[in-house]
Amino acid sequence: MKQRPFEQRHAADWRAFAATLDRLERRKPDRNAASLPMAEFPAAYRRLCQQLSIARARCYSGPLLDRLNQLALRAHQQLYRAPRQRGRAMLDFLLVDFPRRVRADARLFWLCAALFYLPLLGMGVAVHQSPELIYSLLSPELVTEIEENYAPGQEAVDRAAADDLAMFGYYIHNNIGIGFRTFASGILLGVGAVLMLVLNGVFIGAISGYLTARGYIETFYTFVAGHGAFELTGIVLAGVAGLKLGWAVAAPGRFRRTEALRRAAAEGVRLMIGVAALLVLAAFIEAFWSSNRAIPTATKYAVGGAGWLMMIVYLGWAGRRAP
Amino acid sequence: MPGNPTRRSILTMSNPALLDTIRYVETPEGITLKLRVAGPMARALAWGMDSLIRYGALWGLSMGLVLLGWAGLGVWLITLFLIEWFYPVVFEIYADGATPGKKALGLQVVLANGAPVDWPAALIRNLLRAVDFLPAFYGFGVAALLISRDFQRLGDLAAGTLVIYRDPPVKTLALPPGPALPPPLPLSAAEQQWLIDFAERGSALNPERQEELAALLADCTSGLRGVAAVERLRAHARWLVGEHS
Repeated sequence: MKQRPFEQRHAADWRAFAATLDRLERRKPDRNAASLPMAEFPAAYRRLCQQLSIARARCYSGPLLDRLNQLALRAHQQLYRAPRQRGRAMLDFLLVDFPRRVRADARLFWLCAALFYLPLLGMGVAVHQSPELIYSLLSPELVTEIEENYAPGQEAVDRAAADDLAMFGYYIHNNIGIGFRTFASGILLGVGAVLMLVLNGVFIGAISGYLTARGYIETFYTFVAGHGAFELTGIVLAGVAGLKLGWAVAAPGRFRRTEALRRAAAEGVRLMIGVAALLVLAAFIEAFWSSNRAIPTATKYAVGGAGWLMMIVYLGWAGRRAP
Repeated sequence: MPGNPTRRSILTMSNPALLDTIRYVETPEGITLKLRVAGPMARALAWGMDSLIRYGALWGLSMGLVLLGWAGLGVWLITLFLIEWFYPVVFEIYADGATPGKKALGLQVVLANGAPVDWPAALIRNLLRAVDFLPAFYGFGVAALLISRDFQRLGDLAAGTLVIYRDPPVKTLALPPGPALPPPLPLSAAEQQWLIDFAERGSALNPERQEELAALLADCTSGLRGVAAVERLRAHARWLVGEHS
C-alpha cells in the first residue's frame, strides 16, 4: 500500500487517538474529534504501534513517521506512568519499610555510626581535658556566642514564640540541608559522606566537651537531650545512604557501574525519605521543646531517654512481623 | 559507457553511522521510540530561567514576610529550604516533567525508558544536584554531561533519567497538487523516501537550492534542468505516495 491511501485509511483513528491523549494530558482537545472510551485505549495504542512499525518498514515519509512516533511516545508516557502514591503508603513506609531497610544495611549503619560517634567521643574527651583545643576549630567570637547561649542563670530570658518559629526554620533549612548534602556527596566514592560524618562528629564533640568543661552541664544537656536521638540518628543514616552510592561506584560487583549506581540510589533515596522525616521531627523538638527552659530538668532527661529508647526499638524491631 | 541501468543507486551517498543525539528506546510493544536528548546549553538556559523565577519569588516573599519579624524569618527559611530542594521535584512530577524554565525551552525530564519520571527518580536527580553543582557552577555536572553518552549529569545517571526535547506538533506537509508520473527506474525503499522527503520539504528550501538538489538526480529527471527537473521529481513523489489514482 502506498503512503497516501495508508494515511487516508487511518486518519480518523489517529485523530480520535490524539483527542484521547489530549484528554489524558488535560489539554484542550480537538473539537472535531471524539475521544475513545478509556477501556479501548490500550488496544488503540497497540494498533498505533503496529501502524508505526509498518510505516517504518515501508519507508513512508519523515513527517508521517514523526507524527506517529510522537503519538506513540505520548501514549507510552500515559500507559507506563507510575501509579500515584496514596497518603497511607507513606505511613506504611515509615512504620514498616524504612526500619527494615535500615536493618538490611546494618553493617553500613554500624560503620557510619563509628565514623560519627568515635570522632565525637574522642574530640569530646580531648576538649574536656584541654578546653583551649576548641580554638583550633572555632573562632573566639563563635566560642563566646555559644557560651552565652548556654550560660546558666538566663532562665528568666525565655524565648518568644516568634523566635521559636525562626529557629525552627533555621533547623529545617540547615540540618536537613546537611543531611541531603551528606547523601549526595556520597557519590564521590563515599569520600563526601565520610567527611561530613567525621566533621560533624568532631564539631559536636568539641562543643560538648568544651561546654562540659566550663560546667554548663545542665543548660547544655537539657537542651540537646530532647532531639538528640532523632538528629544524630538522622545524620548517621544520611551517611549510610551516601556510602551506598559511593560503594556502588567504587565496587559495582556484577553490574555495570551506572546500573549499580541506579540501584543504590533507588535504595538510598528511600532511606533519605526516612532521614528527612527524622530531621523534621528533631527540628520541631529542638525549636519548640528543647529551647523551653521552663520545663524541669528531670522531665527533659526523661523525654530524651525515652527518645533514644524509641529510636532503638523502632529501628531494631518495627516492621519485623508485618507481612 | 552505459552501465547496467536496472539496478544502480541514484545517489552515490555513503551512509555512515550518523553522529546524532537521538536515543532509541524499545517499548514492550516491540516498537522503538525516538527521543531527542537535550545538550548542556539548552539545560543551562532552562536552569537560568528557573533560578530567576525561584530567587525572584523568594525576594518577593521576603518583602512581605519582613513585616512579620522573627516569625516571618522562620517561614522564609522553610520556604527557602523547600524551593532550594523541591522546586524541580514538584514540577517534574506534576507538570509533565518540566519546570517552567524547561517548559519554556521545550525540555522534559523522562525515565530512560521514555516513561514519565516517578517520585524516587525526581528526588534522586534533584538531591544529587548538590554534588553536580560542585566544585562551582555545576563543574561535576557539566563534566558528567560531556562524558556520558546521553548528556546525563551525575543526578541523571543515578536516577536513570534523561532530559529530552518535547517535540512540537508535526506540521503535515502537503505535496503541491499536480500530475503524477512513475519513476523511470526502480528505486529502493530508502531512495523512495528521499524523493518524497525532497518533494514534501520543497517549500522549506529556496528555488535555487531545490534545483541544485534536483540536478543531482539526473538519472531520474531524464535530462530536464532547472525548474522542470524539480517539477518532474515532484511528479514522481506524487506517484510514489499514491496520489496518481
